[in-house]
Order: sequence, then structure tokens, then C-alpha cells
Amino acid sequence: MKQFIIFIRKEFKHVFRDRKTLLMLFGLPIVQIVLFGFALTNEINNSKMVVLDYARDKGSQELIAKLESSRYFEIEKNLLSDKQLEAAFREGKIKTAVIFPPNFYHDLMHTNKTQLQVIADGTDPNTATTLVNYIQTITAQYQQQVMGQTKLPYRIVPELRMLYNPELKGAYNYVPGVMALVLMLVCVMMTSISIVREKELGTMEILLVSPFKPLLVILSKAVPYLIVSLVNLAVILLLSVFALGLPVNGSVVLLVSVSTLYIITALSMGLLISTTTASQQTAMLLSLMGMLLPTMLFAGFMFPIENMPLPLQVISNIVPAKWYYIIVKRVMIKGLGFASVWKEVTILFVMTMLLLGISLKKFKIRLA
Amino acid sequence: MATVELHGLMKHYGKDKIPAVKDVSFSVKEGELFGLIGPDGAGKSSIFRMLTTLLLPDGGNATVAGYDIVKDYKAIRNRVGYMPGKFSLYQDLSVEENLNFFATLFNTTIQQNYELIKDIYVQIEPFKNRRAGKLSGGMKQKLALCCALIHKPEVLFLDEPTTGVDAVSRKEFWEMLKRLKQQGITILVSTPYMDEATLCDRIALIQNGEILTVDTPEQIVRNYPFPLYAIRSERITHLLRHLKAYENTRSCFAFGEYLHLTFKQPHEKAVASVTDYLTHEGHTGLECRQINPTVEDCFIQLMKTA
Repeated sequence: MKQFIIFIRKEFKHVFRDRKTLLMLFGLPIVQIVLFGFALTNEINNSKMVVLDYARDKGSQELIAKLESSRYFEIEKNLLSDKQLEAAFREGKIKTAVIFPPNFYHDLMHTNKTQLQVIADGTDPNTATTLVNYIQTITAQYQQQVMGQTKLPYRIVPELRMLYNPELKGAYNYVPGVMALVLMLVCVMMTSISIVREKELGTMEILLVSPFKPLLVILSKAVPYLIVSLVNLAVILLLSVFALGLPVNGSVVLLVSVSTLYIITALSMGLLISTTTASQQTAMLLSLMGMLLPTMLFAGFMFPIENMPLPLQVISNIVPAKWYYIIVKRVMIKGLGFASVWKEVTILFVMTMLLLGISLKKFKIRLA
Repeated sequence: MATVELHGLMKHYGKDKIPAVKDVSFSVKEGELFGLIGPDGAGKSSIFRMLTTLLLPDGGNATVAGYDIVKDYKAIRNRVGYMPGKFSLYQDLSVEENLNFFATLFNTTIQQNYELIKDIYVQIEPFKNRRAGKLSGGMKQKLALCCALIHKPEVLFLDEPTTGVDAVSRKEFWEMLKRLKQQGITILVSTPYMDEATLCDRIALIQNGEILTVDTPEQIVRNYPFPLYAIRSERITHLLRHLKAYENTRSCFAFGEYLHLTFKQPHEKAVASVTDYLTHEGHTGLECRQINPTVEDCFIQLMKTA
């Protein structure tokens, strides 16, 4: 036991004395959360828009005010001609334009029909569609407001509600994703590198020629990184709750225990990599190629798995991050309990056992 | 009883089964300082790794402290100390932390076996808070030796402990080994330096995975079959060429500022006639005298006959 403790203490010293690793270990989750939270978001806020108002009447002013008061648009009004409009689009300054014809309000009131031209920059189709949808929604709202007094004979009013994420915040999607990514990265890379480093330095030779059991070597390598990963998990959760306003709706205990299971999955994967490589560079490359890429692609938080071709959907099933991502979303955001995630937890558990079994079997008690 | 015994030990590497150790047998007595001497790539490290249970032999068998190196590897790992050729301690831990770590790993404490390492440790103690990576080569070796010794092993394996260490530190290191021997520890040491051979009780000369001879250094030197001469002149490069062309030359090697020479017919007039020959070739400042062979001379001679 004393041997075990001093081994773990030694591992911590390695971690804390290597500034670069330390920075990576604890800087990575923070940078990722901040990046995804504030920079790399697919939400649209304050998109630049111009308004060409030939009407200048009550109706156009009211609608412009409505558009401006939404957080989606930032209106630059002072454009006068079509030519200026085209130039602005070409420069890429603006994403949308709304053009009011003369007599906008007058037509609406007297002929019950008026037109409104909406132009969008189609170079980015997703953004353009989203923006046009926003404009249509706002216009429809305004129309209802105008028509509010008069009663139409037939009307269907859809009552929309976005479950679990009423504000449609991107954070709900990526915080679980970042958790899956960071934990995978830290555990796989750190474990594999730290074991391979002992091989490269030759210290593994001394460790093997000692009464210390080879199995304990592995265990003492895993424990520090398990702790480091749990600290990372706490940092991510605290950041998401206090900086991004994303609460943990489900049981924290369940979330932490599932995360621990996932960390162990990643640790065994790191161990497996370390048994098959001889240099730190190879270990790092393998962890990056073998773990980071599949995790990003197949976890489901960057690219929806349902949209992938069938073979890729099948492949995604062997990526642990996918299952962890599903579990975290259910527990953290939907606030569901163990009953609704037991299947995914079982899959993750079986994966862990398999990986751990293979890597323990492959771990050499000799040099070759 | 022999502490370490090897019977026809073999090891080969890779798909082509390139042999690294061929049918090696020798035995080391209890409390002996035994040297395994040979150039790089002779198979020294492979033998050490097999004896320390790090590698499985491909043939033959061996025992260390009475235990089989394949079956009883756990027992051996409890009983031996091993210092690999590469400096193998944690560079980012301090001297004291390294020592403490290995002491604990072997279920002991620094205090418990302090007597054993005291002589060596006092030399590095002033630097005990320095990181191992920042020590000089000699200091590193002393620390590694301390770490290998801290659990009072029955057998100590030192794989090229003096490679890359300055001459003074090398001398100190061997004096330390002599003192350790007095404590009753059996020591196996490998080295590519022939001059260190005489410091061992017995040595095995090894070349291309084969043992050339096993004996005391004195006996090996005594067994040298020919009279040996050291010869020099003012133009040493031409001297070697001329002597190799000389009809009565059996062997001729550069050896420091002298050439070591043996004759095919070592008759009384051999020296006189070779001096005549060389003077005729235009050499000046000739000096030729009979000398006692060194282990290196023996090694070269054995290598040629093997």
C-alpha cells in the first residue's frame, strides 16, 4: 500500500513539474468551453441588415422597430438606392435587406394586401434560411398584431414550445460534447504518454525488476489521471453553470458516476495504446488520430449522426463518446434518471471491460 | 555454490532470428565481482536482461540466486538490483525523491539500509534537492547505483555503469564496487573498457554473442601465447603499414602511441632483424621492447582465433 501511494505521489509530481502538460491539462477544458461558448457558436445574433424604406409610414416604422428590437438583427438604415444595396451585399457587410414599397401601410389597410421584399446573402445557405425565417416570423407577428382587432372566421394559431431548451441555446448541445472530448483527450493521451515515457526513459526496466507488481504500475498510472479528469469535469460543470447559465437538471451523483465510468473507458484505451507503442510521439499521434477525430465526428455534437450514411452510423456505435454524449444530454439537460440511460450505461460498461481486459492481457511483464 | 549460472543461454531478435547471444555458459560465485567484457553489440545487455528476467531466453537456461530466470521471475525480481545501461531515473524528481521512491518500491527505507549506500550517498548528498536530470554524468551513476542498492540485493547487475563517465568518476565507481563486494554482494558488471577488466575478480570476454574465455584477468594475461613487443618510431602511420607487410609479422595493432607486435617466429634475432628492416625503410627514433600483454591484447588475439 505504501508503495502504491508513493507511486501515485510520484505521478502527481510528474504532472505538476511539467508546466506545459499542466497548462494543457487544465487550460484545455477552459479554453474549449469559452471557445465554444462565445466564439464558435451557430446561433445568430446581431446580424447586419439594411432597410430600404420607400414607404416611411406607420406600418413600415412599426415593423422596422420590431425587427430592430429582436436580438437577431442590427439595422443600418441609411441606404438610399438599389445600387448602394448591391454594393453593401458585395462587400459582405450585410446579410439581409428588407425593402418596403411606397404606400406599404396604405395598401395593407385598404386593399388588405401589401408586399415586402426580403433579400438575403445566399453564400451561406444555413444562415440565410435562418435569417429569412426570423424575418417571416416577425412579419407574421406584426400582421397578427394589426389584424388583432378584426376576427377572422378560421384561424390556426400554433403554440410553439422548445422543450428542455426554451431559448434554443447552443450551450445545451456542446457542453456535453466538450465534456466527452476533453475527458477522452486528457485520459487517453496522458495515460499512454506517461506509460510510454517510462519505457522510453528505461525506468520501466527498473520498475519491472522490482517486487512491485506490473498490474499496480498500471493502476498507479491511472489513479492520478482519474483524479485530474474529475477535477476537469468539475471545472467544466462549474463553468457551464455559472458562466453559461446551463444548469444541471438531473442528478449530479449520476452524472459524476457515469463520467467516472467514461473516464475509466478512456484510461483503458490509453493503456491499450501504450502497450502497442514504443515512443511518446507515436503514442500521442495514435491518441489524437485514434481518439480525437472519431470523438469529434461521431459523438453527435458537431454532426448529427442521423444524417450520416448507414455505414458511418454503424461505425459511430463503437465510439464511446457517442454513448457518453447521449447519457450526459439526458441526465444533465433533460434531467432524466438512471432508468432512461441504463442501456447506454451498460454499453459503455461493456466497452470498458473489453478494453481493460485486452490492454491488461497485452501489458508485458517483460521487455519483449 | 554458484550464485549465477548460465547454461547454453541463447537469444535472437527479429524475424530473421539474428542471434545476439549464442550458447553462453558461465557461472558466478557468491560474493564475486564478475566482469562481462566486450565491445558494443557483443550481447552484454541481452545477457543482463535475460538474467534480470526482462527478456525470455530462446534457448538454454540460467539461475540467479538459485531461482530459474523463467519460472521464478518473481523471486528473482525481489532479490536483485539492476542498473540499466541508459540512465534510468526520473529526471524531474530530485535526488532524494528518486532514492526515496525506489526504497519504498522495494519495501524498505533509506534509513534501514543507509549503511550500505553511505559511502556513495555522502558524495551526492549536497545535491539531494537537485533534480536528477541536472546532475553530471558521474553523479547520475552514483545516484543510480544508490537506487539499485537501496534494498540490499543479493545480486547486483550493473550494465555498463561507467559508459559516458569521466576517468576520475570511473575510478571512484570501481572503488565503490570493491567496497560493496566486501559487504558480500555478488556483482555482475558489464563494460566495453578493457582497462577495467583487471579490477574484476573474474572476467568473461564476449564477442558477437559468444564467450571467448572466462578466467581471472591475471590468468587470461598469463595465457597469452606469444612474446609481445611494443614498438614505435617517429612516423607511426608508415610504421603500421611497413610492419603489416613484414614477413615475420603475426599481428600488429595500434595501441596508444605504440604498436603491439607479435612475430611468426619469435626467435632471438627477431627484434634485431625487424629493427634492421625498419631502419632500411627509413624509420628513425625506433624503440622496441618486450612487454606484458594487457587484457585487450588477449581479447584481440582470442577474437582472431575464435
